[in-house]
Amino acid sequence: MINYAGCWALFIKEIRRFYSVVVQTVFAPVVATLLYLLVFGQVLDTQIDVYSGLDYSQFIIPGLVMMAILQNAFANTSSSLIQSKMHGNLTFVLLSPISPLELYVAFVGAAIVRGVAVGLAILVVGIIWFDLSWQSPLWIMLFAILSAAMMGGLGMLAGIISDKYDHLAAFQNFVIMPLTFLSGVFYSIHALPGVWQEISQFNPFFYMVDGFRYGFFGQSDVSVYLSLSVTLLFLLIVSAINLILLHKGVKIRE
Amino acid sequence: MLQIPAVEFHQVKKQYGELEALKEISFSVEEGSFFGLLGPNGAGKSTLINAMSGLIVPSSGRIKIKGFDVIDDYRHTRRILGLVPQELISDPFFSIRELLQLQSGYFGLKGAKQSAWIGELLERLALSDKSDANTSQLSGGMKRRVLIAMALVHKPQVLVLDEPTAGVDVDLRRTLWEFTKELHQQGHTVILTTHYLEEAEALCEKIAIMQDGEVKALDSTHALLSKHTYRYLRVTLSQAAYQLIPALEQRLVEREHNGLVFKLEKTASMTELLAWLHENQLQVTDISSRDASLEEVFLDLTSGETT
Repeated sequence: MINYAGCWALFIKEIRRFYSVVVQTVFAPVVATLLYLLVFGQVLDTQIDVYSGLDYSQFIIPGLVMMAILQNAFANTSSSLIQSKMHGNLTFVLLSPISPLELYVAFVGAAIVRGVAVGLAILVVGIIWFDLSWQSPLWIMLFAILSAAMMGGLGMLAGIISDKYDHLAAFQNFVIMPLTFLSGVFYSIHALPGVWQEISQFNPFFYMVDGFRYGFFGQSDVSVYLSLSVTLLFLLIVSAINLILLHKGVKIRE
Repeated sequence: MLQIPAVEFHQVKKQYGELEALKEISFSVEEGSFFGLLGPNGAGKSTLINAMSGLIVPSSGRIKIKGFDVIDDYRHTRRILGLVPQELISDPFFSIRELLQLQSGYFGLKGAKQSAWIGELLERLALSDKSDANTSQLSGGMKRRVLIAMALVHKPQVLVLDEPTAGVDVDLRRTLWEFTKELHQQGHTVILTTHYLEEAEALCEKIAIMQDGEVKALDSTHALLSKHTYRYLRVTLSQAAYQLIPALEQRLVEREHNGLVFKLEKTASMTELLAWLHENQLQVTDISSRDASLEEVFLDLTSGETT
């Protein structure tokens, strides 16, 4: 029988954890992303033509929102897990009748909430200041949630395999950061030379950004269905790996 | 009707690379008993306790808590078992009361009744005035109390305490033992590891002594003490003795001013000792005899001597 109450309690605990340091976990990434928008958007607005009839600042807002969602969803699970390991309080959860799946759902659920909260705050500024419109809220919500879930899962994976903060920082700086910056947040991949266009298509983050952008402009670099399929596939792979590790207790019950 | 044991270990093995932390451990703990698990550092006590609580996965073997397997039926076993871990734990994000509420939530426990139980735990463990404090602001003793409250929040039938008095002052140690005794009297099974052997001797009805991942001895505390093949004789002399005959010298375990303590085989008679003392021309003013303490039994077992 599923322990819904236990899973819910853990989900709420994870939300309360990041909310207790909301300046660091929500406001700071919002301000950092708005600075990107200010610098890149304002300076390059008239110099770069990406999609026809669209200002560069309008073009990059969805990309920046998605970048913030991805980074914050990853940060939530990974930092929570590594802190719990370091302080030892993960033991409390491990001693409770919460299954690996319930633990995963609770952690990833909270990561989605944080990712989407940060993304939403940036989006509100984008809508007010840059006259941003949207074509399909459904695609926007779908990509925001699925991408946050995938990154929450990836953060969980990083948290599981990391033994110290240093390992996590390496994963964040050498894997997550490059993949995010090279995912088409600041440009359309059509602006890249041929070979880089092809390489970009091996980056799963590219599909999340592209699909999310489709929700706003109704146009994208690749088919939105391809983006959805890739996002779902990666979410499934990451979830499966996490559940296997949690079930076996790798680096958690050792 | 046959009573299901509180805990059963069936050939439990835990391997860390080359190191065999647990070597096919098999024994059971009766329901309602106060059970002591003793052994030197690295004997495997915490590994066994962690395997029982699901904090580590055994390499092979089975552990059952009240008939439920700790791997297959973990939801049942974790509700039955409460663990006070050896390492101190903190959570910088929540107060003590919030931690207890969250832990209750993991077990699906909420409402007025649970809040009242949390209040009772805080009161009983003298944590009420610190209930809104963060665990990172607490002393080691206070953290230990929080761990006990966390372990009891779901009212487990089996309470496992892994060195709960390590680094705790005398007052708190006494309070903890009083509380533990009370829980035992209420019908809880208590499993305890401690380095304070006199406490284990006073509290535990049955004791397992572990060394190098094996159970070296397992019996009731009384049987362990009476099975010990030595007794201790304290001889007070009218003046200090500097030279002893070999029969006395080899049995001498302690020398202090005019007092000598001999470790004597239970098979050896008092007449024999008196004869040796006479042969040594010692003027005896007093002789007292006592059985071995748990500490002496423990040291004999773990130092490899036959008892």
